[in-house]
Amino acid sequence: MARSSSLQFDGAAPAGSAVPELRLPRLAEQLLSWRWVALAVLIVGWFVYYPIIDNFRVSTTTQDIFTGEVQHVGLENYARLAGDPVVLTALFNNLAYAVLSIVFQVFGAFVLASIIEDIASHRMRNLWRAIYFIPSAISTTVTGLLFYFIYQPDIGILDGLLTAAGLGGWSRAWLGDQSTAIYAVIAMSQWQGFGYSTLLFTIAIQKIPRDLYDAARMDGAGPLRQLWSVTLPMTREMTGMMIIVTITGAFQVFNEVMVMTSGGPNNSSQVLGTWLYQMGFSQNEMGYAAAIGSLIFAVTMACGLAQLWHTRRRRVAA
Amino acid sequence: MTATAEHAAEDGMGPAPRAPWAVIGRAMLQALLVAMAVLVLYPLAWMALNGFRSNTEIFNDPFALPQHWSFAAYAAAWQNGVSQFVASSLLVTGVSIVTTVFISAWAAYGLTRTRIPGQPLVTGFILGGMMLSPTVALVPLVRMMQDFGLYNTHWALILLYTAFRVPFTTFLIRAYMLDLPRDLDEAARMDGASEGQIFRRIILPLCRPILVSCVILHILFAWNEYLFAMIFTNSPSTQTLPVGLTSLMSKHGTDFAQVFAAMTISALPIVIVFFLTQRYFVRGLTEGIGK
Repeated sequence: MARSSSLQFDGAAPAGSAVPELRLPRLAEQLLSWRWVALAVLIVGWFVYYPIIDNFRVSTTTQDIFTGEVQHVGLENYARLAGDPVVLTALFNNLAYAVLSIVFQVFGAFVLASIIEDIASHRMRNLWRAIYFIPSAISTTVTGLLFYFIYQPDIGILDGLLTAAGLGGWSRAWLGDQSTAIYAVIAMSQWQGFGYSTLLFTIAIQKIPRDLYDAARMDGAGPLRQLWSVTLPMTREMTGMMIIVTITGAFQVFNEVMVMTSGGPNNSSQVLGTWLYQMGFSQNEMGYAAAIGSLIFAVTMACGLAQLWHTRRRRVAA
Repeated sequence: MTATAEHAAEDGMGPAPRAPWAVIGRAMLQALLVAMAVLVLYPLAWMALNGFRSNTEIFNDPFALPQHWSFAAYAAAWQNGVSQFVASSLLVTGVSIVTTVFISAWAAYGLTRTRIPGQPLVTGFILGGMMLSPTVALVPLVRMMQDFGLYNTHWALILLYTAFRVPFTTFLIRAYMLDLPRDLDEAARMDGASEGQIFRRIILPLCRPILVSCVILHILFAWNEYLFAMIFTNSPSTQTLPVGLTSLMSKHGTDFAQVFAAMTISALPIVIVFFLTQRYFVRGLTEGIGK
């Protein structure tokens, strides 16, 4: 509709127009409009799409980054992937990351956001949200190092706090112990990330029409009942989106593990990202690293498609 | 006690006069909010304060407050590389803001205001980049950056931060442009304004709020990015703060006060930016996930 008016104008341009303009033929005009998107297409194609496609080619080779020697090995790297016990550990750790993050950063944050919206005054709401968000604004290197120190037995404060609480028996080298290392990293990540999702949930809750709560209250619903029957269903879309984003994030985890444990001790806290790094950049096995990359690609792509489907469905429903 | 209170609430006139258990419940929830705030703030305060203490103090009592406030550790950290890391972070963040936001705004304009042949495909191509993870591209990118001679330069980071953030930034700006009324640019077109003039004089000023949000979200990303910075830079003059911190840690890791000071210097600017620009920050996040 809007376009027709401009076309009309083209046709009806007065002969003595103050701005004599050379109208390009339509096709040329359309092609010229490419100049707006050309840079974006070029840079995204070159540095995002191409390397990801190239990753599959690399994954069917073994190559030495220093000598440049390349051998084509077919699917050998993938066979090795299937039999690599560390990959299994990494997958388990990524999965633990996803599950615990959904518990704390999706459902925990949902409850916390509901509490903030329910009992805090307007001013305090913004303050709580802002305070909880601070760790999300800080780089994961800083928060990772911070918790690295907090977990230390000598200068750290965690063991001191446990002792003060009468739980001194729980003290240990949290990051140095194979059974706790990955969970100590995940715990830091929950500390860093819960404020971000709490913020998003408070925004979603604020969009819920107030009269739904009034109606629920008239029907005698208490706070818990309102949470269950109004807030939860009305924020379902946000919750679904957050779950998908959280899973995607959990399979891309790298920074915190690298800073806090580098995957150790004894590979117990490896995740796919750190194992890729170790294989490609410490062991110089680029082909195998690329195969690990393909695995990460498969998982994150599945999440991305799920997200797309989720958004589409919502658009259609809306 | 709770049982009788519940009965009172059921028998009574609903929630209007607060039953005692409701008051207690609210007090407990308030306490929970305070406790969470302490949980967030205490470690950060511990970090900042340790920068003012000496190593022996930190060792003797991890919990104590600084006895005499000393800036020695902050000064040492600043001289041992942090000033360079800050400069690199500022440069990379600053330049990649400009490139990312302009390229994205152009693309969003092209996708919403002009007739591009194959427009849905182009949209899908650019926005589809959001689904692709940097980790997966890492191995081929190393070879590419070496071939281009960009390895261990700020340009490698600027290029990659731009490429990997253009999809998301275009997504935000495009959504905003789609909602802008078309009357204004149509009127300008009638008056003989060129596409370039319409973009600069009309659309871009109207998009200011979302552009500010994009800038802030980009700062948050670029200031904190670690994976690319770690792979593509390896000398003190090119490393940004997140990687610089880890190399400071490996060199002066036993000088705890200095490491804590460096961490605080690294975190402080972004926290300040967040508090100053919260409104835009929240808008960007809301648009990004809730649209």
